[in-house]
Amino acid sequence: MNEEGTRVSRRKLFGLAGAGVALAGAGAAAGVGIDRMGGSTAQAAVTTVDFHGEHQAGIVTPTQQNLHFAAFDVTTTDVGELRQLLRTWTSAARRMTAGQEVVPNGAVGGAAEAPPGDTGEALDLPASDLTLTIGFGPSLFDGRFGLAAKRPAQLIDLPLFPKDKLDPARTGGDLCIQACANDPQVAVHAVRNLARLGFGVTEVRWSQLGFGRSSSTSREQATPRNLFGFKDGTNNIKSEDTDFLRDEVWAVAGDGQTWMAGGSYLVARRIRMHIETWDREPLEGQEQIVGRTKGSGAPLGQTAEFDEVDLGVRGEGGVPLIADDAHIRLASHQTLNGTRILRRGYNFVDGSDGVGHLEAGLFFLAFNRDTRKQYVPMQQALSSKDAMMEYVQHTGSAHFAVPPGLTPTSNWGDGLFA
Amino acid sequence: MPLSPRTPLAVLAGVGALVALSACDSTDSASSGSGAAGPIKVEASDSTCAVAVNTANAGNVTFEITNKGTKVTEFYLYAEGDRIMGEVENIAPGLNRRLIVEVPEAGKYQTACKPGMVGNGIRGDFTITGGAQKQTDTNAQKAEATKSYATYVANNTAALETETQKFVDLVKAGKVDEAKAEYATTRVYYERIEPVAEKFGDLDPLIDVREADLESGQQFTGFHRLEKDLWVTGLQPDSPQVADKLLTDVKDLVTKTKTLQLSALDLANGAKGLLDEVATGKITGEEETFSHTDLWDFQANVDGSKGAIASLRPILQERDPALVSTLDKQFANVQSLLDKTRVGDGFKYYNQLSQDEIKAFASAVDALSEPLSKVAEVVSK
Repeated sequence: MNEEGTRVSRRKLFGLAGAGVALAGAGAAAGVGIDRMGGSTAQAAVTTVDFHGEHQAGIVTPTQQNLHFAAFDVTTTDVGELRQLLRTWTSAARRMTAGQEVVPNGAVGGAAEAPPGDTGEALDLPASDLTLTIGFGPSLFDGRFGLAAKRPAQLIDLPLFPKDKLDPARTGGDLCIQACANDPQVAVHAVRNLARLGFGVTEVRWSQLGFGRSSSTSREQATPRNLFGFKDGTNNIKSEDTDFLRDEVWAVAGDGQTWMAGGSYLVARRIRMHIETWDREPLEGQEQIVGRTKGSGAPLGQTAEFDEVDLGVRGEGGVPLIADDAHIRLASHQTLNGTRILRRGYNFVDGSDGVGHLEAGLFFLAFNRDTRKQYVPMQQALSSKDAMMEYVQHTGSAHFAVPPGLTPTSNWGDGLFA
Repeated sequence: MPLSPRTPLAVLAGVGALVALSACDSTDSASSGSGAAGPIKVEASDSTCAVAVNTANAGNVTFEITNKGTKVTEFYLYAEGDRIMGEVENIAPGLNRRLIVEVPEAGKYQTACKPGMVGNGIRGDFTITGGAQKQTDTNAQKAEATKSYATYVANNTAALETETQKFVDLVKAGKVDEAKAEYATTRVYYERIEPVAEKFGDLDPLIDVREADLESGQQFTGFHRLEKDLWVTGLQPDSPQVADKLLTDVKDLVTKTKTLQLSALDLANGAKGLLDEVATGKITGEEETFSHTDLWDFQANVDGSKGAIASLRPILQERDPALVSTLDKQFANVQSLLDKTRVGDGFKYYNQLSQDEIKAFASAVDALSEPLSKVAEVVSK
């Protein structure tokens, strides 16, 4: 990997990595690197996202192509050990997001008799826009570490929603690390090395790989498609929507816990898609379930993807074009009293299910300012009424308080333990 | 250390050499601990461990242990951090055994009897006075470590031979239930020194191959073949031959270990290797797939790892005290989980563990293995 300052010319990028980078509090660095993506020009540019800023990177950062998300349980009972690990993690994250090894000379420059300090699979790979974002789960505030009084009211234990089929082995967690990058190997390397540094203090509770971002968080990005084949996240909050971000995503001191000012609340849901039955659904039926056309992504009754949704639009004979149980209607801010959330979903295929189907779906990640008022009512409506529920099943669930961003000298957990 | 085959083990080990005195009727009534003044009497029972005196001069210290209990017992002299200075195992009820330990340094030590040969034992403080200055010369330190570990290996191989003989006799006599009971006990001594056994690439598979790992055309022999006979298929016409072959191979192994030269680095890698064995074979329940006695092996692997680390302790303590306290803590953590699964003198069967218990074991083993992987570098400096 590059040591800072070599082979990377520092200049602002416009149009390549997009304005969202600057917004994310990041000065992007670009250079020429290995294009393992075979993708667009934007992906081929070797860029780094600044680890520091008012908010943690990885929330409004233009969504990268790949995800490795890991939830951890804290196994120690010693709060000092936990704090020390958070400091160790911060310094490792600071280095890895800058395209460096976990520790200097980690992979091959250490003692021959010692296991290498860096696992090595990201040697020679650029930072690939790696972001590492930490969150604290409700169970961390259970009294083991004297944090009960620090638990934000917004950080609820999520209710069980209708039709949930949650696997305990894919649910919950004391901590989480969201690693996003434009190279899957870089994201995996980051999580693997943090997990390794954590042995004795934390253990991986569950983890999820994701590919092909299924939502965009910047107007610079085209809306991608989920595994149902539909454009997903057209109406998502974008990093350019500063008013929405202020009102709907970022917590402020007045929300209750001052240590969360500038942070947000992350809801993670592993949504299994029954893609085989979906694929047997006629095109017209698929479009009615979603409420958009499959080709352009235009709302039914409109012509282009970004046309304003009109939930009352009627077609021939005065028949409503957007059904009462269409996904777009139930998830719409018009139906939900103006509520919006910021989504960063990823597709997944975790092999197969042993009975002839792909274990495929959407790993849903959303950031909101108050889960009680935003995600929960939305999901209650979807779980009970959404026609799409016939084709999806929520198999994993977790909720995390995502603290604000860092300065070059601060550490994850500083505000929480202050 | 180089073990010359011509050197009798007792002299060579100098420490904890087993001088088996067949029910010797010693009438020495020693009250002084100094080696020359006769042995220190130890009276062991199922619940007590009465050591006649609790101090001795540096040099050779001789203990004479009498087992007045109903359980087979062991006697240990530990230095700080449970570093074994010497031990005798397998003291059957009614027997006397003698232990001669060379203790060059003054300091705080502990005696321990282990009725049933399990657990931490019944401890007592023991003080050594006078003696040499602490060794700080690196090579001397390493030599001391390997010497101490060679003793550990010698004690375990001796016990392995004794127990294998018993096990084989029971198999050949067709005493299935008794053979089953002896199986796990016997394997403990093998599992403790597995990295040493693995130095003999031809013997280890003969003794310890798992059915699942057989190569095409390879004969299924050794412990696990007899395990399958005892637990699954019933004894086979060729079980006695398999048992005889096992005993021959074990004796061969014991002979070979006596000439094995180990380095401090071998000890470090062995300590880590034993925990890797746990992670890949015991946690999954693959090692004892027919008998489900994996926890006996698990405990033995942990003991063996601890034994190697204990031998290296003076070096580690000097060079990386923080690593030593981490290792102590994580060993204790694994041990506390193992203790929760104890049943009588043994353990639960592995198929009786819940997924949560197995997960807790895996997590504790990870937490211990990570610092163990750092020992080699510290030792190699």
